[in-house]
Amino acid sequence: MTATDAPSQQPKIEWQTGLVKAIVAETSRVKSIILQPARWSGHWPGQHVDIRLTADDGYQAERSYSIASPPEERLLTLTVERVEDGEVSPYLLDELRVGDALELRGPIGRFFIWSRTCGGPICLVAGGTGITPLMAMLRHRRSSLPHIPASLIYSARSLADVVYRDELDTMARGDRNLRLAYALTREHPSGWNGHRGRVNAALLAENSFTREQNPTFFICGPAGFVEGISSMLVKLGFNPLAIRTERFGPTGA
Amino acid sequence: MDRPPVSRGFKSKRWPSEAARLPPGQYLTTDFPVLSAGPTPAIRVADWKIALQLGGSLLGKWTWDEFEALPQTTITVDIHCVTKWTKLNTVWQGVRFDDLLKTVGRSEPPDAFVMAHCDGGYTTNLPVADLVAGKAMIATRYEGLPLAPTHGGPARLLVPHLYFWKSAKWLRRLRFMPKDEPGFWESRGYHNYGDPWREQRYDGD
Repeated sequence: MTATDAPSQQPKIEWQTGLVKAIVAETSRVKSIILQPARWSGHWPGQHVDIRLTADDGYQAERSYSIASPPEERLLTLTVERVEDGEVSPYLLDELRVGDALELRGPIGRFFIWSRTCGGPICLVAGGTGITPLMAMLRHRRSSLPHIPASLIYSARSLADVVYRDELDTMARGDRNLRLAYALTREHPSGWNGHRGRVNAALLAENSFTREQNPTFFICGPAGFVEGISSMLVKLGFNPLAIRTERFGPTGA
Repeated sequence: MDRPPVSRGFKSKRWPSEAARLPPGQYLTTDFPVLSAGPTPAIRVADWKIALQLGGSLLGKWTWDEFEALPQTTITVDIHCVTKWTKLNTVWQGVRFDDLLKTVGRSEPPDAFVMAHCDGGYTTNLPVADLVAGKAMIATRYEGLPLAPTHGGPARLLVPHLYFWKSAKWLRRLRFMPKDEPGFWESRGYHNYGDPWREQRYDGD
């Protein structure tokens, strides 16, 4: 928390052009865009990039998107959810094609990141597409740090809205150190024996390790979701300084 | 810089009528999004105190009631978050930094920089020049109502001409310092000064 070094002058994170290599439909509202950046010196799981679109009259729009791919992968994956009436997400979902160029700069952010020094266990709590930066952490863990105990509590409207579901299920099936709990808030398939409704304190307590294990929490989702989860965790007695949050609102576009 | 490539098929949706009030890379929102690094602290005004410090020594300290009795100012300003939203015409009430200095009998600030310290361990650094002459206040009301905890209540710093992370939530202490030091985000990849009109988002911008 303390920083005593004099302000450092880092080189500017320059805009560069990424080449769209693939686009994957994840759910009815979500796609992953897989990019080949012109140059990339690596990133930490949890970081984001800025995307910039330029219209032919010079009008520009910028937005931030979390990176879903782990540092081990050569290509960058951004996972984008449609924001109705949005300016940037409908373009990325409906207009962007494989082979297009997309301006980006990054990686950005040095707080909502999981690095080896954080260690574990880690408890990840996702609301909707808040799963994206947490997926980068889980993919990194699978590739490089599988011995670190982890849990993911993932709240989605329905099973069909769970992004990366097959990959998550496969990941959890073969891994005794990874616990996976879905909370389905609106619709559940018949015979669903997972959690129904919003994430509550009982579900958190059951899947978040003990206070003695001193887990680090990464919570990402809509502002109200993050607010609710983080205050429940504080009430459960977890150290507020071990709870890291990333919030996005409906204006994320 | 080279001209950025045109995004094939991207239509200019809006040059808003307020475009002149939008710093580069920002878009307008009418919501008030919440952004914080961690949980919202629960702060009771009965326990709340705010302090003005010079190095290790105390220049002044106020309880909630004492702080509420200081001269109040209301301002209407545009605010700009580094995550790219801009909100126009926000109305804040609180105590100007100038009035706080006056209250402790200082006509001139004693040092060139300030570190703001907050509940939850958050800090942010500012040149004093960006706090004086009506440029900053400690805000306790937003749109006429007590400031909500998620937006930094009971009291937050308000420095509207810089990116909004400089307007630290849950403010508890302002500490003068002779030399600049980076705060929380400033030592985690964000720009040390944060002028939205020069798009100083990240270190090196």
